[in-house]
Amino acid sequence: MLSRTAANLFWMTRYLERSETTARLLDMGFRNALLPNTGGGFRNEWSAILQSKGALQEFTEKYGELKQRNIETFLFFDLDNPSSVAACLRAARENARIVRTALTSQVWDAINVSYQELKALQRRERSSLEVPELTDWSLRTAALIRGAIETTQLRNDGYQFMNLGYAVERADNTARLLDVKYYVLLPSVAYIGSGLDNYQWTALLRALSAHRAYSWAYGGELSAAQIAHFLILNPKFPRSLLSCCLEVNAHLDQLARIYDRSTPAQEAARKLLGELAEARMDDIFDEGLHEFLSRMISENAGLGQCIQDQYLTGDAR
Amino acid sequence: MGIFTFQSLLPLMRARQGEAQTMADPFFNEMYAQDGLRPLYQRLENWYQNMPSEFRALKQAEAEDLFRRYGITFAVYGEGGDPDRLIPFDMFPRVFAADEWRRLERGIKQRARALNAFLSDVYDRGEIIRAGRIPADLVYRNEAYEVAVAGFRPPLGVFNHIVGIDLVRTGPDQFYVLEDNCRTPSGVSYMLENREVMMRMFPHLFQENRVAPVDNYARLLKRTLASVAPQKCERDPNVVLLTPGHFNSAYYEHSFLADLMGIELVEGQDLFVEGDFCWMRTTEGPKKVDVIYRRIDDAFLDPLCFRPDSTLGVPGLMNVYRSGGVTICSAPGAEVADDKAIYTYVPEMVRFYLGEAPILENVPTWQCAKPDDLKYVQENIAELVVKEVHGSGGYGMLVGPKSDKATIETFAAKLAENPSNYIAQPTLALSTCPTFVEDGIAPRHVDLRPYCLVGRDIELVPGGLTRVALTEGSLVVNSSQGGGVKDTWVIAEE
Repeated sequence: MLSRTAANLFWMTRYLERSETTARLLDMGFRNALLPNTGGGFRNEWSAILQSKGALQEFTEKYGELKQRNIETFLFFDLDNPSSVAACLRAARENARIVRTALTSQVWDAINVSYQELKALQRRERSSLEVPELTDWSLRTAALIRGAIETTQLRNDGYQFMNLGYAVERADNTARLLDVKYYVLLPSVAYIGSGLDNYQWTALLRALSAHRAYSWAYGGELSAAQIAHFLILNPKFPRSLLSCCLEVNAHLDQLARIYDRSTPAQEAARKLLGELAEARMDDIFDEGLHEFLSRMISENAGLGQCIQDQYLTGDAR
Repeated sequence: MGIFTFQSLLPLMRARQGEAQTMADPFFNEMYAQDGLRPLYQRLENWYQNMPSEFRALKQAEAEDLFRRYGITFAVYGEGGDPDRLIPFDMFPRVFAADEWRRLERGIKQRARALNAFLSDVYDRGEIIRAGRIPADLVYRNEAYEVAVAGFRPPLGVFNHIVGIDLVRTGPDQFYVLEDNCRTPSGVSYMLENREVMMRMFPHLFQENRVAPVDNYARLLKRTLASVAPQKCERDPNVVLLTPGHFNSAYYEHSFLADLMGIELVEGQDLFVEGDFCWMRTTEGPKKVDVIYRRIDDAFLDPLCFRPDSTLGVPGLMNVYRSGGVTICSAPGAEVADDKAIYTYVPEMVRFYLGEAPILENVPTWQCAKPDDLKYVQENIAELVVKEVHGSGGYGMLVGPKSDKATIETFAAKLAENPSNYIAQPTLALSTCPTFVEDGIAPRHVDLRPYCLVGRDIELVPGGLTRVALTEGSLVVNSSQGGGVKDTWVIAEE
């Protein structure tokens, strides 16, 4: 397939995943903001969320004070914010529009209808829109598109690129979501284990649609170490770093089979998988959770770049 | 660019002197002729009369929803506004009888053959010029004449593979060719989608009426393009569609056609030249390209040969083309047959190359380069449509009867300054078709663009794009000025 087509498919799903993550972050912030305003309160939480998106400075330049309604607008509607739900969905739709020939009509339909619905949301009175409605809509939309891809797309190279986009982006996003907790915990490590902290961890799990799954997997008691394990190393949780890395490996292997040719991308993916498969939580905490996550974000980005170089530019021979 | 501009303001319909048309209705109504309902439209009249108005509104909304969902939108160049604007779709079909179509088909194919013969000739020996049937200057000094391909004969001698011939009707048997689109005529996706939407919404209409299908257009187009693969191509030709990119207003059409044909939709950046061939960048490395169906103009094809600032094309492409490594459709240089001054000679081409009498008439045209014609135009300018020879898209033209005195005077001054830059045509009495309006149906003016394919064979699907001026009395079918589209039916032979 054309390298540019592959690139559009890869980025289409990356943007879709990113838009979903922003919605999940918004949900998490919203839930945390329902907490009583103690010990630094919700402002701290919102700024951590903006920080995790690398968008705190951009936000304050445009809106000034961290007011919740503005943050909601910034994260959901603001097209100047490249990782807002609206901006990501628009970018995903633009990528999809360019490669419509590579999508089934159901997939295009799902993406295009979502975009039309987004435009309808944009036209509505902001005060009539509560965050839960926006985030529910985002997650439903994401599931609809994902479902259309799963049930209708041919299992050809295009399908592999779409899934690579999802998995690479998801790994990045999980790492960032978890990293937000790092920022929240930073000012006072003493909060670990306290009521407030539990609530914030719960909000994180809820935002990842993993609240009940966690309870099933770990018996219900919240602990920072177990949650970190869940989100990083548990292969059963579909958003864990290890799961994402397994996905990337599987789809790169498929590509190597389809093209009958292996590239440095497969090598890089296997290396990252090797590390995650061997890792233990103790080691991660020894390295420092934040340091580990930052390193994962950067290695994952390197892997994405490698996929880019090998398949998406058409320069590799 | 090969954009889907609803070409030209249609010449105004005014009864020409000497034509017997009553003042009451100077326009031919394709459904209700002077002697009543034409039998062709009998079933459609029943259909319309039995349709409750709520049902109609429902269907109209359904149609719009379908178009929006398919993503069939159309941005107008330089117009700004909503990039996802829909072209208004009128549900009332336009119908041609089998015998009407037979004549049109013969006329269109004849014209397509003549235009190709002309192009082969003027890039070769120029027999028609030696014979004194067309002035040499008009061809060789034409801006669109491509010196870079003089002496080159494309595969099968075909220059112009997709010919869009714009037709207007003024009476039961009276059709005129308004212009020949020899570059990259657009709009065919609307022909296909309009039918798709109509069949989905009103299946019983197609059970009752024997409407000839148009859906094999893409297959025919693919076959046409493959038939002109270069001789150097030894396997199944790799055909691609070259688009200026997703910001182009006709991008939807490009992607739609590529999909139907099952070929890659490429941009200039996806192609490169190496050795004697053109290649595309794929996830598996370079892949050779044999036929390029381009939807960009000559000037942008190759920055080394044409406009050096073009980023849409492929550097070195013309060298590959001229050494027979790749076929470009339509061939570079075909634009010269698109010219409005050349247009006036198409009937002459039919006689010269084919030895036949032209089946389709041109709109009578005065060439202001000729002193006698210029004199007539200057005396009657308020009654005429005056166009720039190289203009398109309805720009740089004067519609006498619809213009005020000052506009006419300004234009007359420009005309006097450079007469050879202009042609003039009478204002025609364009036919009307019933069209849905607020409270029922009403006649609205229409034109027609069928798409003729020229390769090893000449093919024409029974149908085309009907554009309709939705505003009462308006002759402007341009989509930016309230123009819409209709499904166009040809009733199959018994």
